[in-house]
Amino acid sequence: MKNWPLFEIFIRSKSGLNHKHVGSLHAADAAMAIENARDVYTRRQEGISIWVVESKYISASDPADSDPFFEPAQDKIYRHPTFYDLPDEVKHM
Amino acid sequence: MFREDLESHFQHKVDAEEKIEPKDWMPEEYRKTLIRQISQHAHSEIVGMLPEGNWITRAPSLKRKCILLAKIQDEAGHGLYLYSACETLGVEREQLLNDLHSGKAKYSSIFNYPAISWADMGAIGWLVDGAAIMNQIPLCRTSYGPYARAMVRICKEESFHQRQGYEIMLTLAKGTAIQKQMAQDALNRWWWPSIMMFGPNDSDSLHSAQSLKWKIKRFSNDELRQRFIDMTVPQAELIGLKIPDPDLKWNEERKSYDFGKINWDEFWNVVKGNGPCNKQRLHDRVEAHEKGAWVREAAVAYAEKRSARINSN
Repeated sequence: MKNWPLFEIFIRSKSGLNHKHVGSLHAADAAMAIENARDVYTRRQEGISIWVVESKYISASDPADSDPFFEPAQDKIYRHPTFYDLPDEVKHM
Repeated sequence: MFREDLESHFQHKVDAEEKIEPKDWMPEEYRKTLIRQISQHAHSEIVGMLPEGNWITRAPSLKRKCILLAKIQDEAGHGLYLYSACETLGVEREQLLNDLHSGKAKYSSIFNYPAISWADMGAIGWLVDGAAIMNQIPLCRTSYGPYARAMVRICKEESFHQRQGYEIMLTLAKGTAIQKQMAQDALNRWWWPSIMMFGPNDSDSLHSAQSLKWKIKRFSNDELRQRFIDMTVPQAELIGLKIPDPDLKWNEERKSYDFGKINWDEFWNVVKGNGPCNKQRLHDRVEAHEKGAWVREAAVAYAEKRSARINSN
């Protein structure tokens, strides 16, 4: 088991939707990870496509720094459509 | 940040119902409690396959055999979801399995009782999975993200387990006198162990208070046990079976059932390893693991061969 790398599993539940992270599993290689992911995560037709990626290849932002890291977006409310006051006569925009 | 600040920030997050994720700071004791609880839960799923596996070849019809296989396959999957959640806390799968096989880690004591008749497949689904669901639904909101997400997935799948069990009991209860007797006998044997599944009384529960504060647990053992009894008694009545508790009676004032005294000596005796099947279950589990070693080795050899072939092209 120690030799089996950990894979993160992503499933597309139906066509048109994005692949979503569902969990992880150990497998000898990527091909086996895909087969095992099918048996573990799609026994009730929960998916039509599976991505697997070895966990060690995922880089992540640091939760301890998340406040300063995401701070730049905080004061830019003008990026949202509701920031703009338009006359009521403009119905759909 | 100072340690006190980290702790108060952590508790603040938990109080605000925000999930704790693997890379977040957490108290060491929180991590340890989760590793113990999640691994115990995972082991229970895996050991729980054993009493049922024994009945696959003897299921009374092809339909029942398919259902039982699907249920056991689900349990393997549940074990995997939970082991994976546990590994996010920085413990290795191999370590978890070693702890199970050496007897250091516990699993639910309910699986140390034998499944001696087909009706036991009904009683296990109805009562054991029923009690498990009662425990697991609040765990969908537990404070540790990976555990909560695994539980959501498990709860979705678990409801079929309970329904198929109750349907087995219903079918037997509507059958011949002997079949009905089989169902009653299974209920007699599984009732008390099932209500013990919720663990010791709140006053005797070692880890409860801290686990509630950390929102690992959401309800106390006694609350969940009472809920299970209140829900299950009418289900037994509906199919004409009798709960084996002479002290069981409806309490109009509490709008709940009063029930008899639980034999906690029996409970602790089974926890300590002296139940009817403790040795057999552990032996079977270790044997299955050892006999599967060649499969794991072959998978690695095949993966290496395949990758060598890809690299040489």
